[in-house]
Amino acid sequence: MRRITKFIILDILKNKIILVYLLILAVLSWSVFSLEDNSTKGLLTLLNVILLTVPLISVIFSTIYIYNSSEFIELLLSQPVQRKKIWRSLFLGLSFSLVFAFLIGAGIPILIFASNSVGWMMLVIGCMITVVFTAIAFLSSILTRDKAKGIGIAIMLWLFFALLFDGLVLFLLFQFADYPIENAMVGITALNPIDLSRILVLLHLDVSAMMGYTGAIFKDFFGSSFGIIAAFSLLLLWIVIPFQISLRRFRKKDL
Amino acid sequence: MIQVNNISKNFGKLQVLNKVNLTCNKGECIAMIGPNGCGKTTLIKSILGMVIPSAGEILYDGKNIAKGFEYRKHIGYMPQIGRYPDNMKIGQIIDMIKEIRNADSLLDEDLLHEFKLKDLFNKQMRTLSGGTTQKVSATLAFLFDPQVLILDEPTAGLDPLASEILKEKIISEKKKGKLILITSHLLSELDELISQIIFMQEGHMKFHKTIEDLKLTTGEEKISKAIATILKNNNA
Repeated sequence: MRRITKFIILDILKNKIILVYLLILAVLSWSVFSLEDNSTKGLLTLLNVILLTVPLISVIFSTIYIYNSSEFIELLLSQPVQRKKIWRSLFLGLSFSLVFAFLIGAGIPILIFASNSVGWMMLVIGCMITVVFTAIAFLSSILTRDKAKGIGIAIMLWLFFALLFDGLVLFLLFQFADYPIENAMVGITALNPIDLSRILVLLHLDVSAMMGYTGAIFKDFFGSSFGIIAAFSLLLLWIVIPFQISLRRFRKKDL
Repeated sequence: MIQVNNISKNFGKLQVLNKVNLTCNKGECIAMIGPNGCGKTTLIKSILGMVIPSAGEILYDGKNIAKGFEYRKHIGYMPQIGRYPDNMKIGQIIDMIKEIRNADSLLDEDLLHEFKLKDLFNKQMRTLSGGTTQKVSATLAFLFDPQVLILDEPTAGLDPLASEILKEKIISEKKKGKLILITSHLLSELDELISQIIFMQEGHMKFHKTIEDLKLTTGEEKISKAIATILKNNNA
């Protein structure tokens, strides 16, 4: 499995896209931090940029890469290699390369300009969200044989989590404004990995006061060590569940 | 060595294999023939574990292949249309398979030399012609000196010289007592190679006979003619 992962990582690094991604992240982070004199404000801007671009790149690049590896997968399948090992190596290789690009591109400036607990939180969140969307890419690419359809599903899922979900939540908030739904809101955020990450970082920034009463509830829940552990376990579930579903389907797939 | 018990496979509504039974032993050289779309490639891919049968089981040396992958160590497979990662070079592909297999047995590089692939090691897979791709596939299939060789249309796309080299190689491997499974449409090519014949049609196995048997029952000397006689009798 290590050998296959190695081949995949080398292949991805040879593909210049990941380096371009790294450069873009670096340019974004360096410019954000040098524009803002206050590192907290810088982190806040960077958080929004990262939560938009990192999932998008992770999900699209991974989906396309998986479809393009169909020949590689076919070649390996006629060799004495276990099916699940092929799929896992692909996942490891993709996650590793994308996390590597994130850590070098955005991680270095974050640690230079804001090496406090919020900075570290951003780093961990960035890595987790990368892997979450890689796992989602695995799910969307196993759902259909059609490459265009698979990439379409991936983009739709990104659109849903990054933009539509917030709209839906806002809509619900207004509709049920007369009812005490604050606790339910905590539950609903668990359904979106991007929101979950945003709240985790925002709470560390101490700007949760601006989020009103719901913010206070969030603070009460996610601010405690139990809340943080719960949030991280939820993010882990967002990695494990999509990937395990895709693995199960891959084991029964005809090639 | 390989035992196929009652396997069926359907892709959606299309029944590709219908309760196929097959037993292959060491030293046999079996040709699978039949019209396009009769399920030959699906049967081969089922044996390799690339296609999962809807029903039935396949045993390799008495062990169910669904429960393991190690058995593929003993199989060399040459696909009908070899698909390889576009941006890799011939040399890289061969090195990669060597590394993944981690084979400690001696490598059989005869075909590598005879096809003169060493001169092409730096060519990218996407720039190769169909014939050269087939040469790479054949080299990979024979490289690890496997006990079983499964060749799907081995000579299609090869020039006469290369296909002669490959045939010589198949004959010499057969003499070593290996099991060889070939599918082909070119019946005349098979004459000097094979010892048994399987005829498939619409997912059913119509017959599985030795060559002597076939020649005896039809009274023909050439395999192609013998098959033609059987087909005529079937249709009549």
